[in-house]
Amino acid sequence: MTEFEMKLKQVTKAVSRGKLSRRDFMSYAMSIGITAAAANTMFATAARAEPKKGGIFKYGSGHGSTTDSLDPATWTNGFNFQFGKSVMGAPLTQLNPKGEVTMHVAESFEPSDGGKKWIIKLRKGITFHNGKTLDASDVVATINYHIGPDSKSPAKEYLPGVTSVKADGPDTVIIELSSGNVDLPYGFTDYHLSMYPATDGKIEWEKGIGCGPYVLKSYEPGVKLVGERNPNYFADTWFDGIEMITISDVAARTNAYLSGEVHFIDRADLKTIDMLKSAPNTEIYNQSGPTPYTAPMLCDAAPFDNPAVRKAIKYAINRQELVDKVLYGYGKVGNDNPIGSQMKYAIDPQPQHTYDPEKAKAILKEAGIENLKVDFSCPPNAAYPGALDAALLMQESAKAAGIEINVIREPDDGYWSNVWLKKPWSMCYWGGRPTVDTMLSISLAADAPWNDTHFKSPRFNELLVQARSELDETKRAAMYAECQQIVHDDGGQIVLMFYNFVGALNTAVAHGELNSDQDSDGGYMVERWWMA
Amino acid sequence: MHPVLRTVLQRLGLGIVTLLAVSVIIFSSLEMLPGGYAENVLGQSATPETVAAFKRDLGLDRPATVRYFEWIGNALQGDFGSSYSGLSGSMKRDVSATIAPRLYNTFFLAAMAALIAVPLSLLLGAMAALYRNSWFDRIVNSVTLTTIAMPEFFIAYILVYVFAVKLKLFYPNSTVSIGTPFVEHLYRAALPAITMTLVIIAHMMRMTRAAIINLLASPYIEMAQLKGVSKSDVIRQHALPNAWAPIATVIAFNLAYLVVGVVVVEVVFVYPGIGQLMVDAVSSRDMPVVQACALIFAATYILLNLLADVVSIVTNPRLLHPK
Repeated sequence: MTEFEMKLKQVTKAVSRGKLSRRDFMSYAMSIGITAAAANTMFATAARAEPKKGGIFKYGSGHGSTTDSLDPATWTNGFNFQFGKSVMGAPLTQLNPKGEVTMHVAESFEPSDGGKKWIIKLRKGITFHNGKTLDASDVVATINYHIGPDSKSPAKEYLPGVTSVKADGPDTVIIELSSGNVDLPYGFTDYHLSMYPATDGKIEWEKGIGCGPYVLKSYEPGVKLVGERNPNYFADTWFDGIEMITISDVAARTNAYLSGEVHFIDRADLKTIDMLKSAPNTEIYNQSGPTPYTAPMLCDAAPFDNPAVRKAIKYAINRQELVDKVLYGYGKVGNDNPIGSQMKYAIDPQPQHTYDPEKAKAILKEAGIENLKVDFSCPPNAAYPGALDAALLMQESAKAAGIEINVIREPDDGYWSNVWLKKPWSMCYWGGRPTVDTMLSISLAADAPWNDTHFKSPRFNELLVQARSELDETKRAAMYAECQQIVHDDGGQIVLMFYNFVGALNTAVAHGELNSDQDSDGGYMVERWWMA
Repeated sequence: MHPVLRTVLQRLGLGIVTLLAVSVIIFSSLEMLPGGYAENVLGQSATPETVAAFKRDLGLDRPATVRYFEWIGNALQGDFGSSYSGLSGSMKRDVSATIAPRLYNTFFLAAMAALIAVPLSLLLGAMAALYRNSWFDRIVNSVTLTTIAMPEFFIAYILVYVFAVKLKLFYPNSTVSIGTPFVEHLYRAALPAITMTLVIIAHMMRMTRAAIINLLASPYIEMAQLKGVSKSDVIRQHALPNAWAPIATVIAFNLAYLVVGVVVVEVVFVYPGIGQLMVDAVSSRDMPVVQACALIFAATYILLNLLADVVSIVTNPRLLHPK
């Protein structure tokens, strides 16, 4: 690097930290022979590239309902999951854009005894929004709130086998498990598990007091949340304040964005995405997620108890057509592996299950099955928007393979309690999970309550348990690879496609590398983005 | 007792019986819907244990009749209970406290729309009657019929597109909070109020027109005209007083619509009114909120109809002495 370049880099950095004004930068740049126009662009780019404090970020969300509450055990939607990730809440650990775990409220996680015992050191000097200092008893109470016998929290699934949580001094927590779990730090990235102040072993979530980046100013469920920067936040955050507004109607959301009422909208309307693309100062937020749309077949219900039937159906679906027509191209074809390719330990199992009606026919013929007729229970939108359309496309493509699919239209209302897990073949989706282990454990382990395919492969379950406490990376990767291959070859879960998170972002807001595990930068949007 | 007062009391008594019947119907139809509160809140992530824990907490494991009578007993004493959402915490969400700001917003919007729509439609109706079959009459008729024939969300989108996105005169969404100042509230609620005005104006305008035209053919109007009363005085002093009864009925009907039928407009404009609250509550089976909303809606209808009847009786004393 020449001296000239070095100097230029230094001043650029000064700009990005806000230490050098545009006038000073321009006069310097022009003095070393850069044209005014070029210098101007350089200033803008540099000023946008490094985070700086300031501004009110306004977000128009397609999620949120008047029945939402501040109770962390009830958070399930794309509006309130952010509460625990980065609004009022701060969990022990976070995920970075590469999908790796980083320490947050915790300073370190030390495993011993093959992952059966964990010693968690907490970061010192963290205060809650009410001024109380965070200590180990708060952390213990928060965890117990979710895993206790009376708990209604879905966070239980992220902390499998936890038998005891104890404080050891003010900043150490010791967790013991019934079996080893190397992924425990990943489990603590879950949004339900943000830390709350406790008195007498009971947490107080009612006022929305956490130790996260924003202090709750006002919250009307299903309408609006207003937050103000927590001046004592222990990590970096940039906006002075945030406004999160629920705008359920997609046209209203688009209008709010186009008229400049909000900086960012999620769940953009894919039918009119071109209009958003041509809007001024707009960046299309488009992250391919690890979130599959699936069509689970119960492996113990006729005719899906026959592996040949499952395999034939997998070849009788034109997944590319589904991506093109249901997701308008904003997605990726599935290959009967629920693990998204961006996740650690993900493999792409071979052979790829593509649309091959002849092969499907041959498989059925070999198994001696003729005129296969199957029922397919499908809601219009409950599993995912356009689920019924997808089912009708599958019905058409399967005809060429001699399979007759009888699509049964099920009501959206009560779909999850009455149809899914009960009917032999239905539709489903899975939100992103931080690890291969949780993803496989919740949906495919033999004893999992949400094993929606009644998949009970002994080899798969054995590998899953072994891998959980395997410290050797190579061995662990091999075990997960075999697991994924088994599911791909033999499972009842048809992974149709992975959908993208699509939104529109005003270029007035800047961001670094984005998380793709969940929407809105993995839920860290309000903490990590800044005003350009 | 004054006969008008007696009628009002009779009607109020009947109204309470109607409200009880409504509460039974709503309660039983919610019971019949598939899925419960716990299943709906937890959605896909429901497990038998978490659902059971929810039901135990909310007392939903008890029989429906017990729950109904407990609720109605409290409601009669003015306690509408707590919303199911957030019930597990120490700070209960009172149904009245949940509904109050939403109800205020809805009444605010309804009043605003009514203040524009009612005088406008009376004026237009009277003028259309006066100049019937003229160009004015035809234009007013066809314009209002067009706006009532279009779905309200379509009118709303057109207004948003023209006035918010293109001309930038108004806000595209009408999000208001508890602390929103009155003037800003008025400004934000302008587009939804105009939308609703366009939707209800035709009905009231045409009823006014028809009622007046009907009367203009009567002999006493002819008499008034013959003795040289001016056109506007014929309408104001001779025709209108006898036309109030049907007009009041239609106005009451439309005012009730403004309160209970605006959920689509609320959604399009992101206006936090009671319609949206009730839809959310129904879809999550938040029974106490649904019940309270339903009672408010039913009471609105009953009271407005009662008011219309009183207006009819007062303007037409013959109705007090049915034969």
